[in-house]
Amino acid sequence: MQTERAVEQTGMKLELSDAQKQARLRFREFVQQRVAPYAGGWDREERVPLDVIDQLRSHGYLGAPLPVDSGGGGMDAITYGLLTEEIGRGCSSLRSLLTVHDMVAFAVRRWGNAELKAGLAARLGSGEALCALALSEADAGSDAASVRTEAVREGDEYVITGRKKWITFGQIADFFLVLARLEDKLTAFLVPSTTPGFSRTPMHGIVGTRASLMAELEFNGCRLASRHLVGRPGFGLSHVFSTALDLGRYSVAWGAVGIAQACLDACLEYTANRRQFGVPLRDHQLIQRKLTDMIVNTRAARLLCYRAGYLREIGDAEAMAETLVAKYFASQAAVSAANDAVHLHGGNGLTEDYPVARYLRDSKVVEIIEGSTEIQQITIARNPPGEL
Amino acid sequence: MADNRKARIKEFLSRFFRNHELKDDEDIFALGFVNSLLALQLVNFLEGEFGFTIEDDELDFENFRTIQNMDALIERKTSAAGVAV
Repeated sequence: MQTERAVEQTGMKLELSDAQKQARLRFREFVQQRVAPYAGGWDREERVPLDVIDQLRSHGYLGAPLPVDSGGGGMDAITYGLLTEEIGRGCSSLRSLLTVHDMVAFAVRRWGNAELKAGLAARLGSGEALCALALSEADAGSDAASVRTEAVREGDEYVITGRKKWITFGQIADFFLVLARLEDKLTAFLVPSTTPGFSRTPMHGIVGTRASLMAELEFNGCRLASRHLVGRPGFGLSHVFSTALDLGRYSVAWGAVGIAQACLDACLEYTANRRQFGVPLRDHQLIQRKLTDMIVNTRAARLLCYRAGYLREIGDAEAMAETLVAKYFASQAAVSAANDAVHLHGGNGLTEDYPVARYLRDSKVVEIIEGSTEIQQITIARNPPGEL
Repeated sequence: MADNRKARIKEFLSRFFRNHELKDDEDIFALGFVNSLLALQLVNFLEGEFGFTIEDDELDFENFRTIQNMDALIERKTSAAGVAV
């Protein structure tokens, strides 16, 4: 009652609902039991095990933000953010599966034609079939419009030829959302991995999110029925991939908060137990400064994510711009926290006995994917969000 | 009603077209302000503001080229659905 009066007076209530708090506890328990203890091993083996993906699926964590009528979990934007943060806190590689699967499934639901969705929406929404985003090429990263993969129309079919690189979960995905040039128009296609002419090669030795089963893909004359066209020709990047990338940035922003929080957790414990000069590390003022920066930046990043999530939930047109801001800040907060975390752990931070070195490697990834920090700087300045 | 709709579209676009008084029949793509982010934001705005969904086969730059064209799209979509905007 008191809260309701306060909201009436201030016009602002920044608090999770009871259902969201309970959901966060469930996510946290799942991660503490099934993810965090094993993430270091997955990182060393460069592979998230399939049984963990089955567990994500059985818990309804794949396709969670998609509507229930599309086979998804119907999760609200804030709860989905909490899920992504908690998974990202335990294992960024596993978080990246949520990101790529959900962004593709979401874009297909949004822009796929009725025939495509009739046969597939429920399988994608439930995570029964795994999706990956096939955008980057050897010579097309931030400059996505320069992709060379080509699509040719032959009768009622399209034939795709080209190569894609750095495709997260490309080793095991069942469907790929592919950006190609069709008569020089950027166009999106959903390509099943069973299509003749498709092949994939695992990529190894990646610095961060090493367990994310990254691959190079080759499309050698992959012939597709016309229903596999997603959106209209010429709208592949501006609308189909932008829809996917918008959700991807939201997911990555929350995942970055998860990394920053994991760094903070590790540092609070380590600096309480590790003693130097006769006192715990945390009693040294210069250590306190780093801890304070970590605490404040993590909270600020999370608040930006809450703001973006709220706007997404109410369908506000500002949501995309606010999501850019959240991703920009949170990914840098993660890098800063992870850098300090390794530093605070000293020599131990450079070993695999502690998770902070993995956090640092993973944090660099979130600063690059779904639009690098520099691309965000350009985009935010050109599309500033409105007044709060 | 159409004037009100056009005013709402113009107000949304004005944030991105600073120092430019956008006319109803002006080609927003030719002005060079529209990037892929704004293109999708515009779709989201029209859907949220006027209560309809733009389908995949309605992705046509002509529908979004001018305020007039956007208003015509809204008119077609809302009259088909019987929605008052």
